[in-house]
Amino acid sequence: MDASAALVKVLREEGPRVLAALVRYLGDLPVAEDALSEATIAALEAWPGSGIPDNPRAWLTVVARRKALDLLRRESAGAGKETAAYRWGTERAKDEIEEVIDAMETESQLRDDMLRLIFTCCHPALSREAQVALALRTLARLEVDAIARAFLLPEDTMAKRLVRARSKIATARIPYVIPSDAELPDRLAVVYLIATEAHAPTGGTRWPGWIWRPKPFAWPVCWWS
Amino acid sequence: MALYVALCYYDRDRYWDEPPETEFSPEYTEFARRATEAGVMRGGEALHPVTMSTTITVSGGRGGDVMLTDGPYAEAKEVLAGYFVLETADLDEAIGWAVQIPAAWRGKIELRPIAPHHA
Repeated sequence: MDASAALVKVLREEGPRVLAALVRYLGDLPVAEDALSEATIAALEAWPGSGIPDNPRAWLTVVARRKALDLLRRESAGAGKETAAYRWGTERAKDEIEEVIDAMETESQLRDDMLRLIFTCCHPALSREAQVALALRTLARLEVDAIARAFLLPEDTMAKRLVRARSKIATARIPYVIPSDAELPDRLAVVYLIATEAHAPTGGTRWPGWIWRPKPFAWPVCWWS
Repeated sequence: MALYVALCYYDRDRYWDEPPETEFSPEYTEFARRATEAGVMRGGEALHPVTMSTTITVSGGRGGDVMLTDGPYAEAKEVLAGYFVLETADLDEAIGWAVQIPAAWRGKIELRPIAPHHA
């Protein structure tokens, strides 16, 4: 398998987990998303030369964390003051990757991270449309143009909707938490709606065939059932 | 910590026409006391009805003609009746307080995050 095919596979299978762990580490979804994108670009540059790392998830997590810290530093330094781009030496990163593997989130920790992210995307303070779009983008890692097609919307409209949803999470401080027992039934109803909506939209529009691939949707449904 | 303003909306018909002693005062006083004791309350006031409003606009930029209109900016079925400023850790905590404000069951509450000052 070549590097880019491997990357696609890793992103599809591990992307949401890497993202969820990043959100816990950073407490900020937009920065986590940007950092993961930058880490993906770094992987596309590095993997063809260095080969696919033994633990691609750890590699992505480490690089994305570094990128996120760069992003945050750049943000706090103010516009126009760009810090020098950090070059990724595979050797230098190696120790840190070992560290991350050692401290690799346990399965239950990962499940908690994922749950927090699911409930944030499904927070009732976001509109139902925003919840579904955000869940498809953040949890199922669908591309914006694919989500736009599914909603029968122009791509830039969908992109704006996603930006608005992410910025509401940050600005209104929608927390990354698992809801309390009292709130849980309502929230689960929303999660369930998103899962069903994705499979059989009430609008009656058939979703494009690729959305029926069971993989992206199998796990959000299974986590809590 | 984050600051939110809880804007309290009432049906126009349900809000006072004259500014009397309000029947719901004790409930509000009780809410204000609890929120203050919890260190969440950062201020808040009840507003006179919209019939007391004056709407102001300056045309043609700063220093231009001043236009005054008797009444609210937008004639709406629901009117802004008052507000509280709440300081909480996140939106969920703010919602937890907002549901205790009598306007939540007498009307509606809009929670909006307050933008920070940039000096």
